[in-house]
Amino acid sequence: MACTTESVAEALRAVASVVAEHRVELIELDRAIGDADHGENLNRGFTAVVAAIETVPETPGAVLKTAATTLISKVGGAAGPLYGTAFLRAATKLGDRSEVDAEAVAELLAAALEGVRARGKAEVGDATMVDALAPAVEAARGAVADGVAAVLTAAADAADRGAESTVDLVPRKGRASYLGERAVGHLDPGARSTALVLRALAEAAK
Amino acid sequence: MSVGLVFVSHSATLAAGVAELAAQMAPDVKLVAAGGLDGGGIGTDFEAVSQAARDADSGAGVVLLYDLGSAQMTAELAVETLDGEVDAVVVDAPLVEGAVAAAVEAQGGADRAAVAAAAAKAGAQAETGASTDSGAAESVELTLRNDVGLHARPAALLVRALAGLDTEVTVRLGEQEADAHSVLALMSLGARQGDRIEVLAKGADAGTAVERVKDLVARDFDE
Repeated sequence: MACTTESVAEALRAVASVVAEHRVELIELDRAIGDADHGENLNRGFTAVVAAIETVPETPGAVLKTAATTLISKVGGAAGPLYGTAFLRAATKLGDRSEVDAEAVAELLAAALEGVRARGKAEVGDATMVDALAPAVEAARGAVADGVAAVLTAAADAADRGAESTVDLVPRKGRASYLGERAVGHLDPGARSTALVLRALAEAAK
Repeated sequence: MSVGLVFVSHSATLAAGVAELAAQMAPDVKLVAAGGLDGGGIGTDFEAVSQAARDADSGAGVVLLYDLGSAQMTAELAVETLDGEVDAVVVDAPLVEGAVAAAVEAQGGADRAAVAAAAAKAGAQAETGASTDSGAAESVELTLRNDVGLHARPAALLVRALAGLDTEVTVRLGEQEADAHSVLALMSLGARQGDRIEVLAKGADAGTAVERVKDLVARDFDE
């Protein structure tokens, strides 16, 4: 089954509530290796997204674009341009389609990954959002035949594992990179929030 | 019409300070500080950076410099979303040195690519100074009488005096040499009041170049 504009908006509301639930957890993760603002920033950003799509835009792409511009202006810190770019590239990928099928979902995740990679100049293994998003894209592509919910569930499962893998990594990007070896043993907050967002989308699609 | 500059920093004070410093050397260049979050606080504000790029543009394009990682991302995202509305580019350069080098280049009327290049090579120049060049066609020895010697503003005036001339000019202080087309190289000489410098020029406009430097030194760099 394909997603309509309203279901995309509903999924973003679900993301906002999951981010709000995990606000403290993200703050604590960021406190260990960053400046402890990731949870606060994301929560502020997605709360603003919910307000911005109260009047739901006309197409799924327009919903994602509204989310992107809102996140860019409201999140602040490194997560603002990174999440903003992810949603913006996804929106551009969708164009003015009226519905999003499983294949489109996999494509827009791939576009989001490409955007995050280019913006943050990070690759897999740097202990960033990319460590969650890259395996998610791979898994999403493999599940296209099974529908939207399966694509997103596969992506969320892979993102969880990818995020967990950052615990053992030496960060090479962002503030955590200043800590070097001392950051080993910590889950990257950006990878964790990426996994949370994908899980929320997957749950919403069920 | 010159290339405009935007200084993107996590700190409003830092961005404003960089603009203030660069303005000393480039009075006619549009220098826009985009630092801190809307309503205060440390961070970078996408809307402010985008607006700064629009404000800095007077038709010749804009070069954006930044301090740390997420300021770079915000600046690049702003350029991407301006999507050709402003001919803008983000340069990877040390913020202070890059700002000074870019401001002087812009003041001299260089195009956007040249301004960006001046910023990009600013860090390396400050460390290595200028290359040796012998066989000068014109040379003159001058004693610096102004208070601050070849410090930032006088160095910038000297570089600007040579802008557009077809000549290679080197300034010597004792054993050291600096490319007279680079503010940072000139400053790295550390020439002070009372120091005797040698100016060597070669190329078609060598005579004019030497005359202009002599004139500047004689006027105490208008201090």
